[in-house]
Amino acid sequence: MDLHFGDSKPTDEERAAIDALLGPPESSWEGADRSDADLRWARGGREARDRRDLLLPGLHAINDRVGWISDGALDHLCRRLTVPPAEAYGVATFYSMFSVKPRPATVLHVCTDLACAAAGASELCAGVEARLGLGSGVHVERSPCLGLCERAPAALAIKAGDPVRTAVSAPATVHEAVLAASSPDSAPQEPPAAMAVPQAGDPGLTLLRRVGVVDPSSLDDYRSHGGYAALRRAFALGPAGVIREVTDSGLVGRGGAAFPTGRKWQATASQPDHPHYLVCNADESEPGTFKDRVILEGDPFALVESMTIAAYATGAHRGYLYLRGEYPRALRRMEHAIAQARARGFLGDDVLGQGYAFDIEIRRGAGAYICGEETALFNSIEGYRGEPRSKPPFPVEKGLFGKPTVENNVETLVNVLPILTMGAEAYAAIGTEKSTGPKLFCVSGSVERPGIYELPFGATLGELLDLAGVRPRLRAVLLGGAAGGFVRPDERDIPLTFEGTREAGTTLGSGVVMAFDDTVPLPRLLLRIAEFFRDESCGQCVPCRVGTVRQEEALHRIAERTGAAAADDIALLREVGRAMRDASICGLGQTAWNAVESAIDRLGAYE
Amino acid sequence: MTVTELGIPRRLLEFTIDGQAVRAPEGATILDACRAAGKDIPTLCEGDTLRPKNACRVCVVEVEGSRTLVPACSRKAEAGMEVRTGTERARHSRKIVLELLASSVDLSMTPQVAEWIKEYEAKPDRFGPDAARLNEEPRVDNDLYVRDYDKCILCYKCVDACGDQWQNTFAISVAGRGFDARIAVEQDAPLTDSACVYCGNCIEVCPTGALSFKSEFDMRAAGTWDESAQTETTTICAYCGVGCNLTLHVQDNEIVKVTSPHDNPVTHGNLCIKGRFGYQHVQNRD
Amino acid sequence: MRKRQPKIYTRLTHPLVRDARDEPFRRASWDEALDRVARGLQRNRDAFGMFACARATNEMNYVAQKFARVVMGTNNVDSCNRTCHAPSVAGLSAAFGSGGGTSSYEEIEHTDVIVMWGSNARFAHPIFFQHVLKGIRNGARMYAVDPRRTSTAEWAESWLGLNVGTDIPLAHAVAREIIHAGLANEAFIERATTGYEEYKKLVEPWTLSLAEKVTGVPARAIKDLAHAYARAERAQLCWTLGITEHHNGTDNVRALINLSLLTGQVGRYGAGLQPLRGQNNVQGGGDMGAIPNRLPGFQDLLDPDIRLKFESAWDTVIRPHYGLNLTEMFEAMEEGSVRAVYCIGENPAQSEADSDQAVRRMRQLDFLVVQDIFLTKTAELADVVLPATAGWAETDGTTTSSERRVQRVRKAVDPPGEAREDIDIMCEIAARLGHDWKYADAEAVWNELRSVSPDHYGMTYDRLAEHQGIQWPCPSTEELEPTYLHGRLWEKDPQRRGRPAPFGIVQHDPPVDLTDEEYPIRLTTGRRLDSYNTGVQSGGFASPLRRGEHVELSPEDAERYGVVVGEEVQVSSRRGAVVAPVWVEPALRPGLAFMTMHFPDEVDTNSLTIEANCPIAGTAEFKASAIRIEKLPVATIVR
Repeated sequence: MDLHFGDSKPTDEERAAIDALLGPPESSWEGADRSDADLRWARGGREARDRRDLLLPGLHAINDRVGWISDGALDHLCRRLTVPPAEAYGVATFYSMFSVKPRPATVLHVCTDLACAAAGASELCAGVEARLGLGSGVHVERSPCLGLCERAPAALAIKAGDPVRTAVSAPATVHEAVLAASSPDSAPQEPPAAMAVPQAGDPGLTLLRRVGVVDPSSLDDYRSHGGYAALRRAFALGPAGVIREVTDSGLVGRGGAAFPTGRKWQATASQPDHPHYLVCNADESEPGTFKDRVILEGDPFALVESMTIAAYATGAHRGYLYLRGEYPRALRRMEHAIAQARARGFLGDDVLGQGYAFDIEIRRGAGAYICGEETALFNSIEGYRGEPRSKPPFPVEKGLFGKPTVENNVETLVNVLPILTMGAEAYAAIGTEKSTGPKLFCVSGSVERPGIYELPFGATLGELLDLAGVRPRLRAVLLGGAAGGFVRPDERDIPLTFEGTREAGTTLGSGVVMAFDDTVPLPRLLLRIAEFFRDESCGQCVPCRVGTVRQEEALHRIAERTGAAAADDIALLREVGRAMRDASICGLGQTAWNAVESAIDRLGAYE
Repeated sequence: MTVTELGIPRRLLEFTIDGQAVRAPEGATILDACRAAGKDIPTLCEGDTLRPKNACRVCVVEVEGSRTLVPACSRKAEAGMEVRTGTERARHSRKIVLELLASSVDLSMTPQVAEWIKEYEAKPDRFGPDAARLNEEPRVDNDLYVRDYDKCILCYKCVDACGDQWQNTFAISVAGRGFDARIAVEQDAPLTDSACVYCGNCIEVCPTGALSFKSEFDMRAAGTWDESAQTETTTICAYCGVGCNLTLHVQDNEIVKVTSPHDNPVTHGNLCIKGRFGYQHVQNRD
Repeated sequence: MRKRQPKIYTRLTHPLVRDARDEPFRRASWDEALDRVARGLQRNRDAFGMFACARATNEMNYVAQKFARVVMGTNNVDSCNRTCHAPSVAGLSAAFGSGGGTSSYEEIEHTDVIVMWGSNARFAHPIFFQHVLKGIRNGARMYAVDPRRTSTAEWAESWLGLNVGTDIPLAHAVAREIIHAGLANEAFIERATTGYEEYKKLVEPWTLSLAEKVTGVPARAIKDLAHAYARAERAQLCWTLGITEHHNGTDNVRALINLSLLTGQVGRYGAGLQPLRGQNNVQGGGDMGAIPNRLPGFQDLLDPDIRLKFESAWDTVIRPHYGLNLTEMFEAMEEGSVRAVYCIGENPAQSEADSDQAVRRMRQLDFLVVQDIFLTKTAELADVVLPATAGWAETDGTTTSSERRVQRVRKAVDPPGEAREDIDIMCEIAARLGHDWKYADAEAVWNELRSVSPDHYGMTYDRLAEHQGIQWPCPSTEELEPTYLHGRLWEKDPQRRGRPAPFGIVQHDPPVDLTDEEYPIRLTTGRRLDSYNTGVQSGGFASPLRRGEHVELSPEDAERYGVVVGEEVQVSSRRGAVVAPVWVEPALRPGLAFMTMHFPDEVDTNSLTIEANCPIAGTAEFKASAIRIEKLPVATIVR
């Protein structure tokens, strides 16, 4: 491609960061010194253009090393990958973790989202900002949910360098957050993942049974606790047999859409076009959700094994694990687990000696809630802006790189292990008729024991809240996160199943259960939700791009109003909300009004 | 000797639009079928030479069994589909989309929008005087184009025309996110520091006047632009042997703008810098 | 950006005459000017040459050649296609009997391998390149052969950076590799070609290693190209002036055509040969007979039956021998056997290679009439200057594109002042010389052409409008022919197959202007994206891309000469010298420099180029001069 580059040159450091990812450039056309041979023969074309998917890893490489992405670095990366600089600029500016303007090497992300807001995030922020002003070497960024809700309020420090250093401070005080930012290496260790599982060690657990029990860095430990029995059974069943088991188990997607997993697998497996891809969606960004993080950190091999099974069943030989950018420990654990599995023949050309080839590549997100939408996630992996695609065609037909793709989230995938080890029938016996199996719930907010809970489908909201030790003066419970809906404290009997919540006019979503007591003003929560959607809208379609702004404006206007004084704006919100729900391209816009609507209708906000 | 036929025979699909039975070739969109059936559906981001982007969502219709409304411009017709174009639900979304756009973007040069706003009884003012707008100043950084992003509805057509669908220059992209997303070259630099080759193919597809030829921009500013006094004559470009069709827009015996027919087999509506702008020499008359 | 004051040409609005060459022009009435022309031509009836215009309409070219042949009784008619694509016409017609590109643009979107040989279409033919890009997006692999790594080459799977003027060795090596790898299409060769055995012997010495030595391209790259081209189910071979503007341009074209014959990559949908024309009507000018050896419809002048047809249509006698081509006419000016020239819309004073010589020769003429829209450098030499209309915007008619598509040109604006249409002017002069031609309009001219040219017969103006142009041949008013030519070569029946295509037995002949110690740099020339030929037209708009003329050097050479971007240097060849600012271009390798002829009023590049002509087509070797670069004693940096 005839690309245009400016005069800016990369620094040695930037060049080294990119070369560390891509290897040294092969010719002067890619940025090496000029040689006679280059001036006689150049190869390019399809092969050169096909490396676009390395753009996001390349941007990470630069950002990790120097903390921001300069013109020269962007140009150099584009030259290496044959990507037009304007498009790369569009991609770099899409993600909130990147900056195309100079900034200090350390960025401290302070969560200001729902659970943290209720736990004093604004005071934390103000305190941190006062301590880390200009010249402190730290850039403070107010952040959406960091997935550390059980330890709210939370902060994440990222210090660029070789290697990049990170430190989590949660629950954070001003002092600890500043310490984490100024010297991440000497910040106290994060507590083990099991600390987020109040039920840890309970023999009745299925999905969480190994969290806190096994050493997450040991493949052997994983195997001595039943690991890789499911894959062995999968090979015995054959791909069609695996799909039958999964179908018969009644497993449906745990990401929120509740689509039958077996049907999705079957649809992908039967596509004549090849190759097929498996994508594991670990871009857990729904405010209040942190269950994937706990599995990734506490039982990483379980995901490696279940991805292998899913890929085997659907005829894929390559899997992508798209991991949220704000999960540094999960990244380390998964990188380690995949390397171990590869070294021991559980991944690679000949998995378990069965002649089946499969490998997993991790791709890090970079701060974009929208990339949790499956097609936006594909675009993100492919090196484009994380904008959702229009469906149909559906991913099972045209997904990643335009090929048949099965996309599942972490929780869905790890359910496959018990399905295969205990059999579809026994699995289906757990839970209710329509919602089978165990379910993970992310409980946070006004409870004594926040964390991930595993309950069979069918437990009621009240049972779960009691288990977590709900505090007095409960005002509202948010189910499903920002895209979910509020219910009243008196709606304890809602069964936590897909059909039960639907009947109750709300949603289970990703399993968020966030409790708020009456110390938190409801309008402020709603405003935070509206801000979240405004910030996270990709901007592609009008209803969402402008609608989320108009929603936020209206909620601002009525923040201090009630009754007739709010009526006009509430009518406006309803009209805009309806169009967002009906006419947005993807689930983000379609659900951006849900929580606000439920607060008005169910909780009587603004009355 | 056999002549190779390229067109693969397409089967016809039967379905209904507003209760009326219609037939459309496989691969046709709902919009194609609606237009063939004489139904007028508003569109903004749809372009006759571009793949549907379906970003503006003003063309949404109801399809039986679909949870949400569907964009007529990109959804392919299917056998047995029941499409309803004028339901209250579809009209509501169109109205809101028009209100959202008109309250944030300068649509004064977007053809037909005024009619639609009337038809759908849209009231863009209802979001109040403080409703956020784009608030962009026209960017005049070269002698050929003006980029007035205050008029940009982010339809992506310019990006697609500059990108892999036609020009493959990739000078522009969408940068930023959400309401702050804008069409930009790398580093949001002036056009003259970018990959732009000034083919004008982005202007050709811009539906709102956000992109315009400087000749037109200046004449509009001076109040001399008068489309009713213009003739359009299609001729052939003289700058190389490819044979591009040029449509010369002439006002008072001066060429004021050059376009190309979108259905032309040589150009498909596209031109290069010489064809698009290289007419001035003819009218250097003294 | 460099501050430049480009020359802006303004339109001619009335006739100009002068009584002596050293006098200034004065305004004249049309009658006076036309009478002078009639007298000037009349007294040189036996020594006349007509420069028709590859940018004017088919109708104008038809009337111009008719003027030469009927009014002046000569076949000395030619146009600037001589300076660019005459070798393509000569080569294609020698092989296939017809001088047009064999494929259509649309076909390149559906082909498997595209070879762009000596063509920077991305700059010179941007909209054609969009079709190439569609092809690439549809999965075609593109190969670029060019001394420079141009924008076109940057899109290629493989770019082969050969030495200037070594196209024949490269083509022959590709052929030898195809033959030795068993990839030659024996059945096609047997059925549809002649001269294969001789060709095989011809290319046999061109081993990959010898070719690597001569062309500079690694053997592996050549082999790769050979296999890709031969194995493709469909392949398109496109070329531009990098092939034709050589002293052996026609041989170059033949060498490329040979590859298509060897592999059967011609005469099928998606497989063919595509010379890309530099001007809007290079194709049409030749088709209309505005060349010294063909009558309208590209019909051979030496064929008595054909001559007879035209003689009865025109009520005249046509000389039964070829006329002089443009290059020969210039030589004849030197000898005095061409003494009057009617030059329409051409600017040879700046477009000819070795432009100083061209100017000197035109000064020797007894009578020069120039008909143009501007007072060009050529017009400044004339006795009479006639203000004409801009063909593409001020007249009606047709032009014929590179894909043989005849399309309607329409009048959109009125010409300035007293400017008149070319055809009107020629008819006025013809009338003064005793030929009363009546054409109501351009369509009347076109219909006369249709009546004498079977290939155009089916193209009525109405049909041209209906189909947005029609490709020739179009013998029927009811049907359209396939988009590609020479499908006949694939016929089983020898009758229907017609004349087989002969392989061209052509030898390598390096550029005439050799590099040596005194002139160590190879200068090659070409176009930039936003400019055109001598810049008379394209200089009229404010391109943000334009930076004026520079001599482009490789970074290595710039360092060696100690010069920087914008620094003026002296560029000298064996013929002349210019001062030009430097541009450093990484697409060039050491020893290779690049210039254009877009800004002759700033830097007269053609005073450097060599007038070494292709003996068959007469095209000069613009692509290969030897130069040296000298740093000026006092560095001047222009920006």
